[in-house]
Amino acid sequence: MIDVKKLATSRRAFMGLAAGGSAALALGAGQAQAKVRTNAKILILGAGAGGAAIANRLVERLDGAQITVLDGRAQHWYQPGFTLIAAGLRDANYAISSTEQWLPRGITYINEYAAELDPEANRVITTGGQRLEYDYLIVSTGLVLDWDAIEGFDLGMVGPENGISAHYAGPEYAETSWRALDRFTDEGGVGVFGRPATEMKCAGAPVKICFLAEDIATTKGNRGKCEFIYNTPATNLFGVPVIHHRVRQIMDERDIAYNYRWTLKSIDLAAKTATFDTPEFLETLEWDHINVIPPQRAPQVIRDSGLAWADRWTDQGWIEVDMQTLRHARYPNVFGIGDINGVPKGKTAASVKFHLPVVEDHLVSEIAGREGTRLYDGYTSCPLITRVGRAMLVEFDYQDNLTPSFPGLIAPLEELWISWLMKEVALKATYNAMLRGRA
Amino acid sequence: MEEFSLMTILAVFEEMFGRWLFWAMVLVAVAITVAYLYVLIRDRAMSMRKFLLAQLSMPVGGIAAVWFVLLMTNSSLRDIGGPIDWIVLLGVFVAGAVGFAILVYVVQSLARGKDAEI
Repeated sequence: MIDVKKLATSRRAFMGLAAGGSAALALGAGQAQAKVRTNAKILILGAGAGGAAIANRLVERLDGAQITVLDGRAQHWYQPGFTLIAAGLRDANYAISSTEQWLPRGITYINEYAAELDPEANRVITTGGQRLEYDYLIVSTGLVLDWDAIEGFDLGMVGPENGISAHYAGPEYAETSWRALDRFTDEGGVGVFGRPATEMKCAGAPVKICFLAEDIATTKGNRGKCEFIYNTPATNLFGVPVIHHRVRQIMDERDIAYNYRWTLKSIDLAAKTATFDTPEFLETLEWDHINVIPPQRAPQVIRDSGLAWADRWTDQGWIEVDMQTLRHARYPNVFGIGDINGVPKGKTAASVKFHLPVVEDHLVSEIAGREGTRLYDGYTSCPLITRVGRAMLVEFDYQDNLTPSFPGLIAPLEELWISWLMKEVALKATYNAMLRGRA
Repeated sequence: MEEFSLMTILAVFEEMFGRWLFWAMVLVAVAITVAYLYVLIRDRAMSMRKFLLAQLSMPVGGIAAVWFVLLMTNSSLRDIGGPIDWIVLLGVFVAGAVGFAILVYVVQSLARGKDAEI
């Protein structure tokens, strides 16, 4: 506590208060809570946006906890940057950093993946054969991209020579995808875009890359040579009805054709055709450029662990957490953060940001012998780029309500430059702050 | 996005302009401000003649600032959509205009000195 009487007379105390004030401003509110003493063993699977951020937050909240982070990938990928890379606005390095640089001191980082997970025995075996026991498990593995599900396709095909882009595959592939997109928007032809039938990370990204390609072709003066087709397995272009209608309106305005209930099944590179499952029969489209985004699932180790839903998303394997507390329904010492969660919405970094305080609260409260109170309402956000220089900052929750962060100031369904700035320059800085546990 | 701290705002500007360019611009802005305070204290008065030229140069600074921000954010004037965009752009224009006016005033004062004033 600061003694007010002393403050009046002590210059040092005043400076201390000023410095403390600046630090509080810099770090954000809520950092001053007393640490909870514990010797609990906490295992975090995955050091991506969710894993790194929760490790940083727990280190601030717990004293004496044995925190172990397990992740086999040495690179950290800033995935919201992939679209910008694939549109030629950034190079691959924009999205690449090292996993280790985001992790706090005083924890154990093991550069391996989980090979076996037994939630009955509270035990994980790593790919290197290490056996790790835990009291609490945080699952933040992210998801895997099932490229093999697209018949006739492999990632080696991505590039301008084949006219194939696949920016979901990683920063380098996003850069190669740009070269493919650059050539297509120079030469023209039929461009095919779309999304997979499974749950997916950033469901707005397939729409964004389509809009960007159309805009780039227009800017180059080649729009007349290009045809754009967007295929979706759903009966809408975006899961939130009000946003779907806006996206449809923009596609109509910009002469982008769309097909509902079309699921990409296979690609024939030699014939430059793609086959789609539709309700009636198989449809085949010829393409000069195709953007491939595959079905997405939980990593196999999670699907084999018994943590997944038994009766929902059975082909995908998302873990069975309570949609508000993010705590596992059958194993109360297990929590989920990010893409791996079997909840109705939000496989985005923005959702991770709102998962973090909830999981932190329930875990720390449990350790302190209290009941956690914070709830996740399904918030997610998507700066839906409609062209280079403009975006719509759409934010929504489980109920499909729009939940704008700046109501009355930034209209969610309006194409705005300020929303583009949010995506292009503000997002990475806030993402980095989140990773350090400060936002 | 609801929690914006000072560090985050600085990081946003670093992201917008690149770390080195941003801090170089901050240093230049600080240097101009210090020089402005210096000439004010040295001369003990505002020179209205120098101020007039500084004011006349304001549109140049404003337009330059808008052009620079659009360039650094891969944007163009056609991207300006709603009222908030115009307000932000106006803010950029005003900041550029005021900054450039101070620069012009300082350069005149340093180049011509106090005695150039009639």
